[in-house]
Formats: sequence, structure tokens, C-alpha cells
Amino acid sequence: MAHPTQSGFQDAASPLMEELLHFHDHTLMVILMISTLVLYTIITMTLAKLTDMLVLDSQEIEVIWTILPAIVLTFIALPSLRILYLMDEVSDPHLTIKATGHQWYWSYEYSDYENLEFDAYMIPTQDLTPGQFRLLEADHRMVIPVESPIRALVSAEDVLHSWAHPRPGIKVDAIPGRLNQTTFMASHPGVFFGQCSEICGANHSFMPIAIEAVPLPHFENWTSLMIEDA
Amino acid sequence: MSETIQEKLNNYKTAPFDARFPNTNQTRNCYQNYVDYHRCNKALEAKGQDLTPCQWYMRVYKSLCPNSWVSRWDEQIENGSFAGKI
Repeated sequence: MAHPTQSGFQDAASPLMEELLHFHDHTLMVILMISTLVLYTIITMTLAKLTDMLVLDSQEIEVIWTILPAIVLTFIALPSLRILYLMDEVSDPHLTIKATGHQWYWSYEYSDYENLEFDAYMIPTQDLTPGQFRLLEADHRMVIPVESPIRALVSAEDVLHSWAHPRPGIKVDAIPGRLNQTTFMASHPGVFFGQCSEICGANHSFMPIAIEAVPLPHFENWTSLMIEDA
Repeated sequence: MSETIQEKLNNYKTAPFDARFPNTNQTRNCYQNYVDYHRCNKALEAKGQDLTPCQWYMRVYKSLCPNSWVSRWDEQIENGSFAGKI
């Protein structure tokens, strides 16, 4: 989850998010270097005591400062396109989970084998137990097996919502009448929180998603227990 | 490759990648499998054959389609108001 005054991304929980993090770091470094150079140039030129009144143009420098940025841009574009296509890779999912947005909760269906369905409401602040996170905890977590490619199909029952969690690097819009697919894989066990990311009414800020990635035997236990309880 | 339908059904994990629907929008994938299941049933029943092959479509649509959509369509089929051609 995010920490107070955090300025960077949360730690990645999926290989794709790791790639995005590295790309972001790379691009930000390029931007910082360019900005530093430009700032330095502006300052030195502004504070310089001498002025050359006869400089009108210079073909050489114009060529250089056109070609060099073009090269820098390819250094940004190539990793960017690589990740873009990586995100669209065909994967062979092991499990399909349907996440449906409602006003104001998410419902999950695991219907590959038995039909497991449940709703996940936010735990109100007054009902939190010590150690739980305000506005992020849900009464039912979406449990997934760790290191398995999962297909998530996201839709909505009423208005637009968006199923987003920063750590696995997922954001998929939930549109009524449409089924949006995303595939992801949790690289390690843990609980990853997300929040609805499309304005959907009064309690838009209060319908979080909690994903819990656990080893496969634990996942199987959990599904059996959930089906029994239903 | 020459798995029998029974083997395919036994080894079913989840809906496999369908090259007809490679993109993010899987609405048509769900709808197509639902409709194909009913069409398969209708066709094989008319010929008096075993309905097991149609189970594949059922497993796929159950994996993909939200349950609310499936119940709504099932009701429409019972009423005779389902818009698709079966």
C-alpha cells in the first residue's frame, strides 16, 4: 500500500509492473538530465556579462540539437514499445476471475469449476481492527494463487467503475455490457490493495479491492472453505 | 492434438486463448460460446447424437460470462425473447 508522503511507485508485485518501474526510472533519468542541462544553460546565459550582438544563426548547432534529441527519443521509444507489446502478449491463463463493479462494492466470480461468488465491501473505519488499513481493507479478499497467470474479466452492473491496483500494475475500466480482459501474475505472496478508479457516485472512494496472493494449496483450501460457507 | 472431447473436458483448466478474440474486449467471446452451446445442443439433439461435445462451450461460457448475464439470457431463452439466433 502507499505510504504517507510517498513520491515513487509502490513495489512491483508482478513482472509487468517491474518492467514499467524500470522504464519509468530510465525515462525519468533522461528527463532529469535534459532538464539539468537546460537549466544550467539558461542560468549561465542569463548571468553572463558578455553579449554577442552579431550572432544571428548557426546551422551547425541547429543540426546538433535536432539530431541529438531524436537519438534520445529513440532510446525512450524502443523500451516503451517493447513494454507495450509485452503487455499484449498472449498468455495461457490458469484461472479466470470475473470482477464486477457495483455501486459501491466489487463482486467476484470464480466459475471455472464450481461456482464461487462473493461480494467485497469496504470495512468501515470504525470496524477496523488494529493493524488494518483505512479505506483499503475489504471484508472479502480476492484470493489468487501466486505465480500463476490469471485472467481477470472486468465488467460493471450499473455505472462505470475501474478495477485498479498499483502493485500488480493493473487498471481496467469496468463498463456495463462489456467484458474487459487483463492477464497478470503475482510474483510473490502478499496482499495488494487497489481502489476504484472511475467516478461512480457517492461512495466511489470507498469501494476498495484487496487481492491476496497465496501458495496454491492455500488457495485450494480457501476456495473449498468459501464454497462450503456459501 | 487428437484428444477426445472427454479428455479435453477432463483437462479443462479455464477458457483457453481464442484467436478469434485476441483483444481486450471479450464480450463477444462470452456471447459466442453461450450461443454456440445452445446451437450445438439444438443441432445434436435434432440428429439424436450425444450432447457431450457441447459441454465444452458450456465450460467456456461459464468461465467467461458474468453469472448475471447468463441468468438473464437463460430467462430470455425460456421466455422466447432471446435476441440471438439459436
